[in-house]
Amino acid sequence: MQLSTFQDGFCAALLGPAADAQWLLALESQPGFAVYRNTVVKGCIDALQANYPTVGQLVGDDWFRAAAAVFARAQPPRKGLLVSYGEGFADFLAGFAPAAELPYLSAVACLDRCWTECHLAADATAVDRQWLAQQTPDTLYQASLQPHPAARWAWCDEHPAYALWQSHREGLHPNEALEWTGDGALLTRPHAEVVWHPLSRAGTAFLDACAKGHTLEAAATSALNAEPTADFAALISTLLDAGALIPTD
Amino acid sequence: MAPALTAGLGLKPLHFDEALRCTAPGLWWEVHPENYLAAGGPRLAWLEAIRARHPVALHGVSLSLAADAPPDTAHLARLAALARRVEPAIMSEHLAWSTWRGQYLPDLLPFPRTQAALQRIADNIARTQDVLQRPIAIENPTHYLHIDGHDWLETDFLAELVRRTGCALLLDVNNVYISANNLGFDAQAYLEAFPLHAVAEIHLAGHHADPVHGDALLIDSHDAPVAPAVWALYAQVIARTGPVPTLIERDDNLPVFSELLTERDQAHSALTAVQPEDAPCS
Repeated sequence: MQLSTFQDGFCAALLGPAADAQWLLALESQPGFAVYRNTVVKGCIDALQANYPTVGQLVGDDWFRAAAAVFARAQPPRKGLLVSYGEGFADFLAGFAPAAELPYLSAVACLDRCWTECHLAADATAVDRQWLAQQTPDTLYQASLQPHPAARWAWCDEHPAYALWQSHREGLHPNEALEWTGDGALLTRPHAEVVWHPLSRAGTAFLDACAKGHTLEAAATSALNAEPTADFAALISTLLDAGALIPTD
Repeated sequence: MAPALTAGLGLKPLHFDEALRCTAPGLWWEVHPENYLAAGGPRLAWLEAIRARHPVALHGVSLSLAADAPPDTAHLARLAALARRVEPAIMSEHLAWSTWRGQYLPDLLPFPRTQAALQRIADNIARTQDVLQRPIAIENPTHYLHIDGHDWLETDFLAELVRRTGCALLLDVNNVYISANNLGFDAQAYLEAFPLHAVAEIHLAGHHADPVHGDALLIDSHDAPVAPAVWALYAQVIARTGPVPTLIERDDNLPVFSELLTERDQAHSALTAVQPEDAPCS
């Protein structure tokens, strides 16, 4: 038998229903075949559980692992880098019927994903307040900055996803009722580890514009359009102190 | 001259601070490169901090050398970049496959050791070594299945890979013990036939009995201390090879660091007790 034929059959038997070829039945009928089946599924689920810890805390182990098994079947890993597996999990949860009673779950998963991407992204030197102080008003507005490769931001209109996510990440488990309004988050890596801050709607609009290569003037306009009452000076300070921006190439 | 590697441990983020501070003689650390193929960030910084104080080995789990396809070129390039950055004491992979037609199956899967498989795997190892610019050590797998159609005994297959590619071998004594138990062969006879002259590293780990089938099916779970029977086989191996860098693998049900270090010290003591000159390799 060709090696590729063996691997096609073995792979199908691992992931799918019972095989029909005799040689596969001979493998499947041995107790040891289940070891491979279990290990493959467990590997995917363990990776998702490691990469979506806040979702796991919100729903509990049993619910999480059952949902992760469904996801792993639909979107198995393509590569051996399980530290970044599960890119589509937030979207999956948004359409996952058993999660319908937890409509904020997908937005919380999005923040777990932001953490993973921030954690693994490339290093770069961020611009700081000193850079800002060196700019003249004329040059400042025509300058552009881009988001740091590790910066991730998200806005959720309907739910306080960041407040929920942050309280679980920090082990706070708030008993007091959350104010149920939308909120936003900024995750950066100013030194070594991932840190997070609340981010206004203006802030997310500003970073979106910077990511598109717009000038700071255009980005500021986007920010103020999104939130006319925004304190722009405070927003810039937050972004610079968080290490969210780098010079444009 | 750099001190010789004796016994090492798998590096776990949970034990990072203790790992960094530990000054046990001959200590080295092994990691799965897959966990450090990040573009940047704290993981690489941790690894470089450890590397500044200790030798590090890179033990890959996803190159899929036994797939009937060449290894992923992008993955190989990233692995080569990590190797240049870390300058590992040893790089290793498995005699197994895990990626097939664009899907990663997180396990180390078996195959029939045919002539064609030998050719494919030898090509894959050679290609890997060309990109990495260094030899890799190939680990004997754990077996759970009787598979028809082997043309080669595993020990001969490994010896032939060494002959064709110049690769080294990683002898996992726990895998030998489990496979012998599960497939019903004699572990000592397997080790007598093993090409020990090519062994660059030894792995020791714990296992457990399958919850349904009991001792008839042992699982390579890395979640327990090394079993006494595995220590006994290990003693026989190093009596023949002399000192070979030896790793205690522990991936699950992690104990406190001091407990792992005690187990590691047992391997260190065994290695320092055997004399290289008294032990011609077979």
